[in-house]
Amino acid sequence: MSAPVVTRARRRWPAWLPYLPYLIPGAVLFVVVIGYPLLTNVYISLYSWRGGLAPLEWVGFGNYAELWQDSAFWTSFQNSVAMIIAMVVVPTLIGLVLAAVLFDYLGRRFGGRAAAVLRATYYVPQILPVAVAGVLWNWILNSQTGALNVILRGIGIENPPNWLGSTSTALPSVMLVLIWVQIGYPVVIFMAALQRVDPELYEAAELDGAGWWRRFGAITIPQIRPETFVVTLTCTVAALKVFGPIYVLTRGGPESSTLVPSYYSYLNFFDKSRVGYGAAVATVLTVVIILVAAVILSLQARAERREEVGH
Amino acid sequence: MAAVTETAAPTTAGPQGLRAARQDARYHRGVARWLVLAGAVVVALAMLAPFVIMVLNAVKSPAEYSQNGPLSLPSHLYLDGVLNFWDRVDFPVKLWNSFFISAVVAVVGTFISLLNAYAIGIGRIKGRLWIVMLFLLANMLPQEALIYPLFDMARQVGLSNSQWSVIIIFTVIQSAFGTYLLASVLGTFPPALLEAAALDGAGRWRILWNVVFPIVRPTLGVLMIFFFIWTWNEFFIPLVMLTTNDTQTIPIALASLQGDRMMDAPTTNAGSLISLLPALIFFLVFQRTLTRGVTAGAVK
Repeated sequence: MSAPVVTRARRRWPAWLPYLPYLIPGAVLFVVVIGYPLLTNVYISLYSWRGGLAPLEWVGFGNYAELWQDSAFWTSFQNSVAMIIAMVVVPTLIGLVLAAVLFDYLGRRFGGRAAAVLRATYYVPQILPVAVAGVLWNWILNSQTGALNVILRGIGIENPPNWLGSTSTALPSVMLVLIWVQIGYPVVIFMAALQRVDPELYEAAELDGAGWWRRFGAITIPQIRPETFVVTLTCTVAALKVFGPIYVLTRGGPESSTLVPSYYSYLNFFDKSRVGYGAAVATVLTVVIILVAAVILSLQARAERREEVGH
Repeated sequence: MAAVTETAAPTTAGPQGLRAARQDARYHRGVARWLVLAGAVVVALAMLAPFVIMVLNAVKSPAEYSQNGPLSLPSHLYLDGVLNFWDRVDFPVKLWNSFFISAVVAVVGTFISLLNAYAIGIGRIKGRLWIVMLFLLANMLPQEALIYPLFDMARQVGLSNSQWSVIIIFTVIQSAFGTYLLASVLGTFPPALLEAAALDGAGRWRILWNVVFPIVRPTLGVLMIFFFIWTWNEFFIPLVMLTTNDTQTIPIALASLQGDRMMDAPTTNAGSLISLLPALIFFLVFQRTLTRGVTAGAVK
């Protein structure tokens, strides 16, 4: 430690105080754009309000009580589970296998270039504005003029499904689009993670006669667990927040079959002019996201602890 | 088997033995590896199929589409779809709007992230763990929980339908993530460098720009690219805040044409194609930096 640092520490002020001004612009902006609106939104959720200059009418927890009885609200959260399956579960599982196949199998047999090209291909949907990709898919899946049904009629299927327009197929169709959008992300993260893993582990296992699936289960999965947690956390939060694809694909329809919480709150804010009610939906969604994130983070902490004990 | 390789390892035959074993495995899986490759390529084709269909039909006349379907090659280049979309949305204006908003957010957001992270990571401000948690939380919030108050505030200060409202909001949202990432990077900054600079009489402001900034510049570059692309791709907040044609961004312009009578197959596809191109070009230019950055974000 050098002399000036010591004398500075002996002053009455703590050493961090002179750094405080650097935080001020960020803190002010944070309070104005995040803190104040977030609290105001909770406040609004306790009122009945048509927005704009209309008067606010105190209803207490009335909006929340109404949510409890509102089947559309429950449907929207049920659909959130479907969004998590489409944006987290399926892409993570397929991503794990694809990343391992590219890295540990194809990469070694056909060279790193081939693996890199395939990886980049899987990643392309990730870099595009998701709303634009949604508009494209909306047209492909259109019942009358869409590419998919024109192809299906061309091969002799008389009445192809109205993919986005009927209650039985709309949700699965949206899920397929989201899987398509999402898959590249885990592949890229997991392949980067695999580069961390000591190749000797694989070689030793291979020499011991362990087949590909054995190595996948015994080495790949445990070694890249930290990344799996990061992917699970970020994608789950994204799945709970999903808005753009729903807006351009189905607008929550038909008959609420693809309604999600974020779209439901948007609908109440700007379409039904039920601002207090929309604010209540948004508040519940916020709480759910924080709870889910806390659960995932604590699971991760526990897994890390167990690993430390195990060693 | 393991014992054999262990004893063989010290001799020069070791690596060759290993290679022979691997070639042996290759020989055995001669067919299997082609099957696996075929599987991976099929997945890749499935990922690309929508784009191929889009490109084919962006330049195909409606008559030809209804006659030959979406998979046929266009017999001639039909550009009315592109022109229709270009004129209808006034594409150069939308392109500039998207670029302007994203660029300002990228630069200012990175700057704010650096200031915050300097105070947290190097200044070691009291309560920094809570501050970082708060920023991380801000990144997870659904935008719906902020939008109505923000919408109202913008109206009150005369920023309704203004790109500056969108710029301010995204600067804060992006820098929340940037602060979280940069604070952990700066937390491991070599103290010897800071002490040496302090000994030379440099103040905190000069240390930030002459010592810290040059060293974290690559990370700042990645952050800036990310902020740009994330803001470019944003949908919800611009949809609510930007209500007229002259302020809207590309994704909003395309989405707002949905259901319009002029949106026939070529126009829809040409519109999607033109709207995707800037992001695609940007990705190709910065591909290397980006994949490195995705990794950096994941390992924390």
